[in-house]
Formats: sequence, structure tokens, C-alpha cells
Amino acid sequence: MAKYTLNVNDETYPVEVAEGTSLLWVLREHLGLTGTKYGCGIALCGACTLHIDGQPAKACIIPVEGVASGQRIRTIEGLSEKGDHPVQKAWIAAQAPQCGFCHSGQIMQAVALLESNPRPTREEIKTYMNGILCRCGTYMRILKAVEMAAGTETHVES
Amino acid sequence: MPKTATQYSRRNFLKTSGGVVLFIGASGILPYLVSCRDTRRMKEEFARHPITAWVQFSEDGQIIIYNPAAEMGQGSMTSLPVIFAEEMDADWARVSVEFSPQEAEIYGSEGWTPGSKLMMTVGSRTTHSYWPVMRKAGAQARYVLLSSAAGHWEVPLSELTTSEGVVYHEKSGRKIEYGQLVPFLKMPEVLPEIDEAQMKKPGEFRLIGKVLPRTEIPEKVNGTALFAQDIRLPGMVYGVLERGNLHGSRPTLTNEAEIVGMDGVLKVVPFDYAIGVIAQTLEQALSAKRKLRIEWGPSPASGFHSQEVFETYASMAGQPERGRVITEAGDVQQAIKTAARTYSADFKNDYVYHAQMEPLNAVIRVAEDLQSAEVWVGSQQGPDTKLGVPGILGIPHEKVEVHLQYLGGGFGRRSMNDFVEECAVLAREVAPLPVKLIWTREDDVAYGAFRPLSLQRLTASVDARGTLTSLSHCVVGDGGNLVASGVTNTHYDIPNQLAEWRGASHGIRLKHWRAVGHGPNKFAIECMLDEIARDQQADPVAFRRKLMAKSPRALATLDKAAEISGWGEPVAEGRAKGVAFVEHGSLGTGVCEISVDRNTGDIRVHHFWIALDAGIPVQPDNIRAQMEGGILMGMSSVLKEQITIVDGRVQQSNFHDYPLLRMQEIPDSIETVILPSGERPEGVGETATPMVAGAIANAFLRLTGKRLRHMPFTPQRVLEALSSS
Repeated sequence: MAKYTLNVNDETYPVEVAEGTSLLWVLREHLGLTGTKYGCGIALCGACTLHIDGQPAKACIIPVEGVASGQRIRTIEGLSEKGDHPVQKAWIAAQAPQCGFCHSGQIMQAVALLESNPRPTREEIKTYMNGILCRCGTYMRILKAVEMAAGTETHVES
Repeated sequence: MPKTATQYSRRNFLKTSGGVVLFIGASGILPYLVSCRDTRRMKEEFARHPITAWVQFSEDGQIIIYNPAAEMGQGSMTSLPVIFAEEMDADWARVSVEFSPQEAEIYGSEGWTPGSKLMMTVGSRTTHSYWPVMRKAGAQARYVLLSSAAGHWEVPLSELTTSEGVVYHEKSGRKIEYGQLVPFLKMPEVLPEIDEAQMKKPGEFRLIGKVLPRTEIPEKVNGTALFAQDIRLPGMVYGVLERGNLHGSRPTLTNEAEIVGMDGVLKVVPFDYAIGVIAQTLEQALSAKRKLRIEWGPSPASGFHSQEVFETYASMAGQPERGRVITEAGDVQQAIKTAARTYSADFKNDYVYHAQMEPLNAVIRVAEDLQSAEVWVGSQQGPDTKLGVPGILGIPHEKVEVHLQYLGGGFGRRSMNDFVEECAVLAREVAPLPVKLIWTREDDVAYGAFRPLSLQRLTASVDARGTLTSLSHCVVGDGGNLVASGVTNTHYDIPNQLAEWRGASHGIRLKHWRAVGHGPNKFAIECMLDEIARDQQADPVAFRRKLMAKSPRALATLDKAAEISGWGEPVAEGRAKGVAFVEHGSLGTGVCEISVDRNTGDIRVHHFWIALDAGIPVQPDNIRAQMEGGILMGMSSVLKEQITIVDGRVQQSNFHDYPLLRMQEIPDSIETVILPSGERPEGVGETATPMVAGAIANAFLRLTGKRLRHMPFTPQRVLEALSSS
């Protein structure tokens, strides 16, 4: 066991776990931040997407010791206090989720996109979002929601 | 005389300010109200009587409606409460929704089997099954409000009306909100049976058929929606199982002492088909799982090679003896003898895996005396609403309480209880500590329960005018209805039909997968129709139009899909359209437009158009969402997904070797037109998925003149088809 200090959503969390424990298990099972989901464990589904120093990352393959030196970790819980981040509002307006399990990751990826590229083209959105799987098949509405949040929505058939 | 619950509640509910729950009788028991503050009493009433609490009123006007169905993304958390609220005439803005207790005697519907009450979220049957239940309960709730207002104002009930959560007495100009009525609520002596004639007509609907935001979506965008994976309880420990990839193989653990000595490991628990480990933390449990040294015994699947079995299936289809006949009309043999022309083709499909985004998991706490248990789980429920846990623990049904959570995808996989039962076994070992059982994605794939592979041999005949006179459909595969559902054609007027199933058994775990046999069977039927139409130089839509002449609702979907897709109009160079019809509860016709990269074998779907008759569309925007999702899941399975078995062993383990459709592969548009209807609502969750294979293969045939007859249409198979003669 080793002691680490994590900076998550601008709060400090001490945690004692074995070296090599994934950030995902630390957040979910030790700190109770369960909005970030486990889907595959090999960074191929993106359900665990969060931000580290503003960049999107897959928590399932990040060992805790790699993010315990003051890196700013942001999860879905830290996106807004009332669930009213512009991307979250667009997500509701588009009625994007079905089962909803992948959508924390989808939203975190979309926020990262818009923070670096506020008015992406449709192809840029598809490319950037390609790493986050949705089995319910909500991609049409995810695309619509990102375009709504970006203010670029023209007309997406849905 | 003992005090009855009715007397109790009538005296006491008036004194409360925390609202009341309305219990509506189901077996001749009088309806009554119970104060929400008296939680002990409420629990007792739940336990004692076959009564149904559908709604809770509060004085501040808030209304909680209880949803008896699982929510796995299909929208039950909105559709069923909407039906109730419509008939109760509630102000929807004041409604919130919670899951009902998992008690089928109380909350079940007869929609699956008349005469029995079941809680199951399967087969796209929820809205259809609960339609009469929720309407009647909502109407009775409104009656209680009306009769209470009548008593309060001392006016005849017949002079009262309601609108959006307010009772009006027009004569005296008085009105009162439902919430304000709470202190005056009084149960009528008799709650009338309210039949459909007394309920709202479709033209009077304020909520049904309107675009309403889904109630649970805000939780799903802020990370607070709870899936069973997210449950954390004081003292909780973690369980994992190693099941291998040879289904039913018996394990022998050769390093138990080493495992038991690992950090945090509490217990090693052997199963017939797996080795379980319980540890203090999830990472410790997973570390131990990786260290397990297991020798696996043979299983019924040993020696089975999935990709070699189709030859056997083809020869089985050629045997003269019939299998189990599912549908027979007329005389197909006679039709073939007198036919102007006959056709025969084999269609095949590989195993597919559910790949719900939340791998299986459950949390169970068994009491220290082992005589009761609590279960937190995302489940599609089933004939046993306690999900097999009473049997595992040897305790009565009522001693197990199930706390249903949101499902991170179901698609049929969560209608199986294997993971819940495993968790109960582990939790018994460490009672009273709660155990969270986690399946890794690798577990979820390798020990999946797949849609079976199958072969369909279709034989058809036409007369001299090119009219289809017979269709026989022989399905070969393991799993009975899992491979045979969807073989019956009720909307095509074909005078001579035969559908039969010939069974096989391979020891591979199988389960319903969205739309079940409809996927492979509608693929075969719809492709066969296009192959015949092509040979007869008939347009595929025109060919189907003739067959649907006696089924106006099906025909309307065909005509509308043709209209919105611009069927018959010129298509861009290198593209073609294909059509397919599916009946699965609702009726739908889909048209897609595709192109093919002849170098790589990649099929690109550019557009999908759907016309759907779902009866009364309860939530139109959600129906569109189901069409979009159904098409995309269909595209994923039809173009990419394939589980293969070598010597009994599942060859795939995660998304690197079982890829799903991603964002860059979606069509430019999916357009759905919902046809107006006054008929009882039908399910919409499984109508789109089975359209996809037929529509794509039919478009491919029109584009290239070549046939795709084996799902999935991987680039390799597409290239093979393109180079075939």
C-alpha cells in the first residue's frame, strides 16, 4: 500500500492503495466518484474518459501514481454544480442518452473537444468522438448535441 | 373485530402532512391510502396484500408515479408514467418517477401470459403489456381525487371535471389542485371498474403522443444516475470469477494456497464452472484473478468449431424429414410442383455478443443469519423477480429484496440471472458483508451468452405471372425460438408457407439478443424476396406491395418509406437503395442507401429511412431514438460483429477483437416517420435492428449484382462476394 494525494475537481483527496492501481478504481471504489464508468479496462470504449490538466484521458489505464503530483483531474461530477454546463444542456436538449452508461465519457470527450476547438466541423466531431463507444446507438444525437453546444447545428436528421 | 387496513388508513391519513400513497386493490380488496410518514405501515401493506401502490401525492403538489419496468435506455421511466398521468390528468411538470418494488404479484402485467402476472422487460413488450394496467390505475386514481373533491365541496361527482392536476366545479366556480386535496382525500366505498370507453380518447391526449423530455436524462448527463456498478455499501468487499473461455468446463485450481495468501484475499470460492475470489478491494480481487492457475476439464463444447459447422447445417437442411414445424399454410410441395419457377438459397449468420456497455455486476448483502438478502442489480427482471437468489440461499421469496438500478444496456443479456446467482453464492460466504461482483469485459465476452449462429434455407416458387406462390423456410441451429423467432410472415400474402426448425447442440451459452431470431430470419426472407424480384425484373417495393395487399398497415409503412426515401428516383453514382420490412410488435419498413469501396470491401451506409406503425405512439421522440439506436446496433452487428469458436473456446475477449460501430461509421441521416394510429401501442425496441441486414444486402445486390448471404458482411466477405461469378 502507498499513500497518494489526488486533486480531483479542485478538491484534495488522500488515498491509500497499492501502486499500479488504476485511477478508475481509485475514483470509483475508493473515492466514490462513480460518474466515471468501467467498460473495458483497455482504453477502447471510453466510458472512463475524464480530463487530466484539461486533456481527455482514459482513467482505466492510468496508474494512480501517474496523476498524484498535483495534476488536475476533472470528472463528470466536476463539470458543473447543477448539471448545467452548456454541453450537458445540449445533451438534454438533444435527448442524447439511452441507457446512459457511456455518456459521462461522451460528455467529457465533447467538452474537451469544444474547449480546444469551439466550432468544430461535423467531420472533426466524428473524428474526435470516435474513441467513445455507445452500444445503444445514440451517436446521431451525440453529434447533434455537440453541434448544438458549439452553435453549429444546422439540421441533423434524427 | 380486527382493525382493517382500510379503517386504519381512513382515520389516519388525514393527520399527515407528508402525503399519501394510493393503493389500488387487485383482488377485491378495497382501495385505500396510507400515510407516507408511516413507512413501517407502508412496508407491511406491501408485504401483506396483493395491492398496488402506483402513485404518491404530496400536499405541495408533487406526485411520484411508480414504474414497474426496468429502464435500460428504452424509456420506460417515462412511457409508463406518461400513460398513468394521462388518465389521472396530472400536471406532468409535478411528476417524478421511481421504480416500484420488484413484486410481480402486485406490479406484474398479464401482457406476457394471460392469467399470470409477470414483471419482465423483454421482447419490447413493456408499453404494450402495461397499457391497460397503467390506464386503469391512472383512471382510478383520478376517480379517488374526484370523489374526494365531491365530498369536500358536497357536490355531485358528476359535476366535476379535471385538467392538468386541478379539479374544477364549474357551477360554483371553484377549483382545487390535486396537492391541495391531500388533506381531504377519502377513499370511496367502492372503486369502480373503469373500462376503456370511459377513458380518454386519443384526440383528448395531452401527454401521450407529445414530445416530452425523458425523466431520467438529467441524471444521466451529470453522473448521478446509479447503475449497479456504482453501488457502494459500508463494509463492502469485492468478488470476481475466472470462468475461462470454454463454456461449462470444470476448473481445478492448482495454487489455492498462493491465492489465499495474497494481500486482501478473503476467500476462494469454487463453482462448477469457475473459481471465485473475494477480496477487500477490487484491485486485490483482480490481482488474485490474474494469478489463478486453473486446469480446465473438457466440456460439451469441446471439439466444436463454429465456422466449420455450416456444412453440417446445410446437409441437415437437405434431409427429407421435417424438423419442428412452426408455421404451415397450404401445401408448399404442391406449389413447387406446379411452379413456373423455383428459387432456393442458404443464408447464414455467426454468433454475436450483447456488448452492453456496462459489464455484468451485482451487489448482494446476505444477513448474518443467512435468512434474508438484499440485492442491488440492473436486471431485465423475469419470471422470478428475485432473480434466483431465494433458491441459492434456500430462503423464502419474500425474504429477498431487490433494489432495481438503471441498466447500462440490456439487449437480452440482463434477462439471465447467472451473474446475480454468482453474487449470491459469494455473499453467502462472507455474510453479512455486502459483495460487489464485477465481471470484467473479458469475462463478459468470453463467458457471454450469444445469439446463436444459424443457417436458413429458403425455397420459394412463383407462378407464370411472377406471383409468389410458396415460401418454405428451414432454420437450422441451436436454441429453438432463439433461432426460429421471426420466421412467420403474417403480412405477406403467400398462400403456401412452411417454416420449420431443425435443432443442433454445441454447448455454447445462448441467450436472447435484441430482436432474437428476427435478425437472421428477416435477413433471409427480405433478401429472398429481392432475389426473386430481381429475377422477375420486378421492382422490390412493387413486388412487396403486391404481397402486402391484404395488410394495409404494413403496406402503409412500405409506401411511406418509399416516399420519404425517394425510392425510384435517380441515385448518386456508385450508390444504391435497398428495402426491408419487419414486423416485431410494431410494423416498419426501412430503406437504406449504401456505397461500397471495391478495393477494401467496406460498405458505407449513407442514409436510412424508416416508416413505422407502432399503434398509438406514446413517446414519439423516444420512438425515433429507438429507431436510430436499433439501426446503428443493427449496422454494428451486420457489418462488424462476430464471435468465433475454436475447439469449444471463444476466440474474442474485448473490443480489440470484437469491434463495435463507432461514430465515424454512422450514416449522414436516419429519418423516421411515425404513422398516425389509434390502435394499442406496440413495442419499438426491436423493429429497426432486423431491417438492417436485408436492406443493406438488397442495396448491395442492386448496386453490384452480387449477393451477401452470410452475416456479418465483413470486408473480406464483401470482397469475396464481389469477385464471385
